[in-house]
Amino acid sequence: MFEDLIYVLGKYDTWLWRGFLLTMELLVISVTFGTLLAIPLAVARVSKKVWVQALPFAFIYVFRGTPLIGQLFMMYYGVGQLISNIDGIQDHWSWTYLRNPYWYCLLTFVLNTSAYVAEIMRGGIQNVPSGELEAARACGMTPWTTYRRIIFPRMWQMIWPAYTNDVVFTLKATSLASTVTMMELTGAARKIVARTALPYEAFISAGVVYLIIVYVLTFGFKGVERYLRRNERRKDKQPVGPKTASI
Amino acid sequence: MLDLYGRGWQMLEGGLVTVQLCLTVLPFMIIIGLLGASAKLSRYRSLRIIGESYTVLIRGIPELLVILLIYFGGTIAVQNIAEMISGEETRVDIPAFWSGVAALALVQGAFASEVFRAAMQSIPVGQIEAATACGMTPKQIFLRIKLPQLWRFALPGLNNLFQVLIKDTALISVVGVEEIMRKAAIGAGTDKAPFTFYLVAMLMFLSFTTVSLVAFNYLEKRAARGIARA
Repeated sequence: MFEDLIYVLGKYDTWLWRGFLLTMELLVISVTFGTLLAIPLAVARVSKKVWVQALPFAFIYVFRGTPLIGQLFMMYYGVGQLISNIDGIQDHWSWTYLRNPYWYCLLTFVLNTSAYVAEIMRGGIQNVPSGELEAARACGMTPWTTYRRIIFPRMWQMIWPAYTNDVVFTLKATSLASTVTMMELTGAARKIVARTALPYEAFISAGVVYLIIVYVLTFGFKGVERYLRRNERRKDKQPVGPKTASI
Repeated sequence: MLDLYGRGWQMLEGGLVTVQLCLTVLPFMIIIGLLGASAKLSRYRSLRIIGESYTVLIRGIPELLVILLIYFGGTIAVQNIAEMISGEETRVDIPAFWSGVAALALVQGAFASEVFRAAMQSIPVGQIEAATACGMTPKQIFLRIKLPQLWRFALPGLNNLFQVLIKDTALISVVGVEEIMRKAAIGAGTDKAPFTFYLVAMLMFLSFTTVSLVAFNYLEKRAARGIARA
């Protein structure tokens, strides 16, 4: 058993390494752009005007209510087919990009991540204490300033644990890229299995790499959480007046 | 358009398989979740370690990888065991449906154990103490005090898990189970109409998740009917 593991790791280490790099690339781009897109979505979603919140509501509902693999196939095969039906597109310079699964994967992951993140951001924004919003209004802050200085810092503080979960979720979602022939970590493992017929060795190696990524991510995000909650730490260090008085 | 090149029935059959998958996984998911939660809250350190490492492992590994591992790896494992028992070369095939059920139950069970753990911890300690004072055995406490309330505390979490489960069944199409996604892929390939077929598949999934959402909201309201007055 161990000979097989060493054989797989020794012979196919470059595949796994490239798979790891592609997985990280997909993850970082999806999370970055997904989050950027989620902010306007969430802000529109909490609007009191029905016509402003209807569109983000529908977007979030559809993307959270359907499987990611379906969204991916819909993009890659469905939209891909519609594009390829355009006259003369196959001779156009953009065709090399338009038939590359990489861009369809990225687009799907970005949209999917943005829907999930927008939903947790909505919860965060709605849970900002109303007293703080009233105080901001009383200080004469414009809505934009209120968002920048009060709501967003508060929101990040509150949603960070859920956001961490979502990043891990996106990491696991990138494995679906292997179903449209991308050679990320899962894709590399599948190709090794196809070559060697050693499913345990290949899949478990890939699984261990995923676990390491999750572990490192969670560790880093815990550190950021401490930074986001630095105001609470400062409060703890203040001398506790009432406690001593009660003795 | 609506008969989908004569494949409308095929898609409905796929929908039936998806429902079957969900309902087959559900009891296993709940049993594994309850066992996992009890292990995590156990008195014994070894059981706690097993429970915790199970969730940590499953949470970090993509569902697709678990499905592939069980589908390809499970066949070899069962074959080896069968060869050991019979002593001769045997060929075993685990149906893709059941390897998919096993994989999803394993994955969702880990998340369910977290839900049940939180639910068990939300039961007020005073009630357990009162039950002990009345002389109930641990088994009686579990059946009469914990289990009925567990349901109410766990429902919102289970609602979420069931949504994830419905969506995760689509992954089993990768190993060839003919549920919605697989049927759509077949239609997309043979009739050269991927957009139409995947659109129908997505609409079917959306209607399933919507029905599940409505049903769970009803159950949550019902489970809280004794509490809502307070």
